Amino acid sequence: MKNLVRYIVTRTLLTIPMVLILLSIVFVVLRVMPGDPVSSMLGGHAPERVIEQKKEELGLNRPLAVQYVDYLWQVARLDLGDSMVFQQGVTDAIIEKMPATIELTFFAMIITLVVGVFLGAYAADHRREFRDSMIRLYGIVIYCIPVYWLGLMLQLIFGIWLDIFPIAGRTGSRILSSTFEQSGFYVIDTLRAGNYAAFGDVMHHLVLPAFTLGLTLSGIFVRLTRANMLDVLKADYIVAAEARGITHTKIVYRHALKNAMIPILTMMGLQVALLMAGAILTETTFSWPGMGRLLLERIYLRDYPTIQGVIIVYALFVAMVSLVVDIIYAMVDPRIRY
Amino acid sequence: MARILHIEDLRVHFPINIGTVRAVEGANLTIEEGEVMGLVGESGCGKSTLGLSILRLLRPPGRIVEGKILYHGEDIVRMGAKEILALRGGRIAMIFQDPLTSLNPLFSIKEHFIETLRTHEKRIETKEALARAERMLSSLGISPERLHEYPHQMSGGMRQRIMIGLGLILNPDLLIADEPTTALDVIVEAQFLDLLDDLRKRFNLSIMLITHNLGNVAQLADRISVMYCGTIVEVGPAQTIFDEPLHPYTQGLLASIPNIKLDEPELKLMRGSLPDLVSPPSGCVFHPRCPRAMDVCSEEWPKTAAVNGHQVNCWLYR
Repeated sequence: MKNLVRYIVTRTLLTIPMVLILLSIVFVVLRVMPGDPVSSMLGGHAPERVIEQKKEELGLNRPLAVQYVDYLWQVARLDLGDSMVFQQGVTDAIIEKMPATIELTFFAMIITLVVGVFLGAYAADHRREFRDSMIRLYGIVIYCIPVYWLGLMLQLIFGIWLDIFPIAGRTGSRILSSTFEQSGFYVIDTLRAGNYAAFGDVMHHLVLPAFTLGLTLSGIFVRLTRANMLDVLKADYIVAAEARGITHTKIVYRHALKNAMIPILTMMGLQVALLMAGAILTETTFSWPGMGRLLLERIYLRDYPTIQGVIIVYALFVAMVSLVVDIIYAMVDPRIRY
Repeated sequence: MARILHIEDLRVHFPINIGTVRAVEGANLTIEEGEVMGLVGESGCGKSTLGLSILRLLRPPGRIVEGKILYHGEDIVRMGAKEILALRGGRIAMIFQDPLTSLNPLFSIKEHFIETLRTHEKRIETKEALARAERMLSSLGISPERLHEYPHQMSGGMRQRIMIGLGLILNPDLLIADEPTTALDVIVEAQFLDLLDDLRKRFNLSIMLITHNLGNVAQLADRISVMYCGTIVEVGPAQTIFDEPLHPYTQGLLASIPNIKLDEPELKLMRGSLPDLVSPPSGCVFHPRCPRAMDVCSEEWPKTAAVNGHQVNCWLYR
């Protein structure tokens, strides 16, 4: 237990240099890129004098190194600063958008795991049968499909042709978000308010975006699970369990799958970064008001502080999830001790 | 004595792309109640396959193509899936070569026992299951507290005893031990064989001891079956198999045991190696390696002859 605490502290401290490096790269790249917040705000035809004045106001005329140190000092005090384009604090903007992204990625991750792990295990259990080939084909095809294309197809099929799922936003127009909104996590908020109609509506809106993002990532889990399961199913303890009369289903889905899950968990931690990237595209496709769309909008506007702030939050999120994965790891496998 | 197991003309084949591997080809074997039957032979002679066939644990593409496996007169080959599951662990237990990998690393010893008991006695309560597991551990010389530990916290010998405990917890009357001591060092091995001998008396157990280690069987077995190339070439009481082996293969096998006194200048190795099981030799499968082969040996398979209390398949004794 003491070791676990020490491990968590070490890992947490390690995120500081990680964020610092990432931030430095983003800081430089943003400023090397053509365009800046002032010209994107005022348009290309503003008089030189106005542009210069605005730049002076935002501190963009100072040497880059000064701006950099200044910004780092600000972040060190846990202040992400203000947007350069809107009258809004970066932290406020992020807090407003974060729940939508967390809700989306959470359900997407569940779909990824359930679909990916189940199909992979099922395919391994029926290896070399027709079903196995079909599942492997699914895995490779879905892995190659771009997120936004899958999103568009699902919108077309289930939103337009079949007309059974909404294709944009988090709630329908008939549901007043003011009747329940508290934290921004609509799924939880509607449940706590006891507004089940609104809850149903929120879930209904989640279906297509969550499946789009979840299915896209499920491909790699199908293949990984299948490969691990095939390995584990050859293990001596599987035959030994069979020799004790334990049913086939229990052997496959209890004995083998639990062992196959260990590398899958690792993969899950690594895939969170991909999940966040996918979320940006999914949010854009489904007009989902989350951090991904915020990031994309602010990149167009060259809103340096907001872009940097969102990136920090993404980095922390990825680091946090992989830490949680490592802790779960130790819970699943008794051989691992920190 | 009643026959607990009677294997008749068993043939197990593995169809692979270059042909069919005839892993077991016409094997006959009988185990009497309360007896330890040693099954010996070189690696690859089909003895493990024979053991796995008894519990129908063969991995595809392997399958039993012909023959009978009578357990108390019931044919295991013709049993349905449900009967097989009840048989495994419930009436026939099996332990394997490598105790280090035979326990699921993610389950505690306790969970192994509870699961095994629940599989066969659906309504058993956790408390009772634990009590039975504790008693079993004590009788195997393991402290009951270790029930809460995980396999990686135990030594190889201890894990093999746990495997035995898991096998015997439901009071089966037949134990198939497939090279149970190969992965153990000599001291643990000796202790383990002692334990087996003790358990057979206490649990009124019949044991099929599969091994390539003739020392093991010498210590424990009442009778010995010698297997070569998927078939049994000689069966007899342990003592006379060692003292007066009849089949040239048995003689060769015994001659190739290293002598610890080193009074012989060199090991008498058998010439040649196991033939290709996809296309075995004609007639007697041993004839290409046999120092006493005759013309007839390559033409026809010798029928079983009873000589000096042994059953032997060899043209020398017809």
